[in-house]
Amino acid sequence: MPVNVISAGIATTIQDMGRPGYYHLGIPMGGAMDRLALRAANLLVGNDEEAAGLESVFVGPELEFTEDAMVAVCGAELPPKVNGEPRATWTAFPVKAGQVLSFDFLKGGARAYIAISGGINTPAKLGSRSTYAIGALGGIDGRAVQPGDTLPLGKGAKPRSEGLSVPQKLRRGPGSPAELRVLPGLYWHRVTEQAQKDFFDDTWKVANEADRMGYRFQGGRKLEFVEREQPFGAGADPSNITDACYPYGSVQVPSGTEPIVLHRDAVSGGGYFMIGTVISADMDLIGQLQPHTPTRFVKVDMETALAARRDQAGTMNAIREALS
Amino acid sequence: MGSRYTFGGDEHIFVEVDEAMSLEAFFVSLSMTNAVRDAGIKGVTEICPANASFQIKFDPDVIHPDDMMAELKRLEETAESAEPVLDTRIIEIPVYYQDPWTHETLMRFRERHQDPNATDIEYAASINGYDSVDKFIEAHSGAPWFVSMVGFVSGLPFLYQMVDRPRQIEVPKYLRPRTDTPRLTVGYGGCFSCIYSVRGAGGYQMFGITPMPIYDPEQKVSYLQDFMVFFKPGDIVKWKPIDREEYDAAVAEVQAGTFAPRIRNVRFSLDEYNADIDGTNAKLMEALNAG
Repeated sequence: MPVNVISAGIATTIQDMGRPGYYHLGIPMGGAMDRLALRAANLLVGNDEEAAGLESVFVGPELEFTEDAMVAVCGAELPPKVNGEPRATWTAFPVKAGQVLSFDFLKGGARAYIAISGGINTPAKLGSRSTYAIGALGGIDGRAVQPGDTLPLGKGAKPRSEGLSVPQKLRRGPGSPAELRVLPGLYWHRVTEQAQKDFFDDTWKVANEADRMGYRFQGGRKLEFVEREQPFGAGADPSNITDACYPYGSVQVPSGTEPIVLHRDAVSGGGYFMIGTVISADMDLIGQLQPHTPTRFVKVDMETALAARRDQAGTMNAIREALS
Repeated sequence: MGSRYTFGGDEHIFVEVDEAMSLEAFFVSLSMTNAVRDAGIKGVTEICPANASFQIKFDPDVIHPDDMMAELKRLEETAESAEPVLDTRIIEIPVYYQDPWTHETLMRFRERHQDPNATDIEYAASINGYDSVDKFIEAHSGAPWFVSMVGFVSGLPFLYQMVDRPRQIEVPKYLRPRTDTPRLTVGYGGCFSCIYSVRGAGGYQMFGITPMPIYDPEQKVSYLQDFMVFFKPGDIVKWKPIDREEYDAAVAEVQAGTFAPRIRNVRFSLDEYNADIDGTNAKLMEALNAG
């Protein structure tokens, strides 16, 4: 028995943990931008933590249930309502057949993850239900959810009790300014020492172009390049390189002006130099940044990056324990 | 060549074989990525060859980044001793140059172009020293092209022209990227040709369009039923200029499920190619047109 979509919110897509293994063909891994939030939401409703749920940006959908289910909303502070009655985020609550789940105005963060017991059971493509809209792959017909869609649900969710909740201290959100830790590398040597310093000293702001492919930042000083004769095949601009692969989280700065951090639906390659890469532990956080959020890039080394990764895994384990 | 190794955060290693594009650099990238695949290193999750570089994604919970780096450097020797020979395929791709759809699109974005008074192909012909667009099309479609990278978005091939460097076409990208490009546009930027696999933004100059889909997530196109992406690095392509009538006929065949791209298996040796480019290309064309 499916869930009926009455209204879709903004860019609401079906996402799970993505489809690794096809990046060499330009098909990105995709999946929830804030992985921890989707995992937590799934655990709250008794799903496998990698099950597919909905990712909503700024505005939530309106969903009519045709069977009883448990629901949890994690990530952004997008307050859920059942038949107009408020419910808490990061907390399991029941929705009965015939009831409508809707949302109040966004209070913080950017992307809410809506898990429904059973998980969304649309057909998997290349091993994932994640929607990759650029390639019309996954989700429902490869696109965002629309009014009139029906979302099939899976079976086998473990019973969970109403009110089960992720402890406050395990909910992570961006501070202000947000801090994104970056490991310098890739084409770091292409900019001057002054530019290397400026990049980390300046406070940037999230631009309006911020989506599943990447986040653009504005407001820092222009980066100056080390002079060189452009190599054959690279193109004329000093920020150009011979088209190469782009790591997830890599920070490209076309013409040295506005950094772009590639995210889950990254373009797999192109012709712009990259100054470094946001560490894996901070990727989830990017998905919760609203446009205009002041942001600092913080320079770290590999050991710090790996320690942060362990911390992030520790937080996830603590959530698993708290909800088991 | 002296490859440069660098970390892309805690989950990627990026290896630049050469700053400049060349078939030599591409072959090193391809043999390195093949060596990584064959080595079956635990923790490797993505192996991505590119034009003159490559990238490995790995799980740092399984293998420490420094150990991953050491494994890759160890493989460099194996890869360098690999004979630069490739068993691959040559594919004929029909192109309707100067078609109405890319023309309509390029006219909408003239203010983002180097020469607002010329079309993309007129501009490319002129700056590459051709006195007519026809001569330029002859050059673009005369020699075969090497697929040196697949990526950007869904199955988009980057193609490198198989001629000596003085004859290689070079065209800058748009001053500012367009927000629209028709699906299956044959484009050009820097020293690379490409085919846009899906409609979307793009900065490459637009020369024409192919009737032949190269990406089909629904896998309804007859020759994409096994896998939704057509190209892989190492494929060789020969453009075949076609007119409107041939284009329409091909589109109808694709829809009817009867379009069969002309594909032949070939062996390519980089040493033979370097010794005699035109001779090697002539043999490739013979293979393509046989049977």
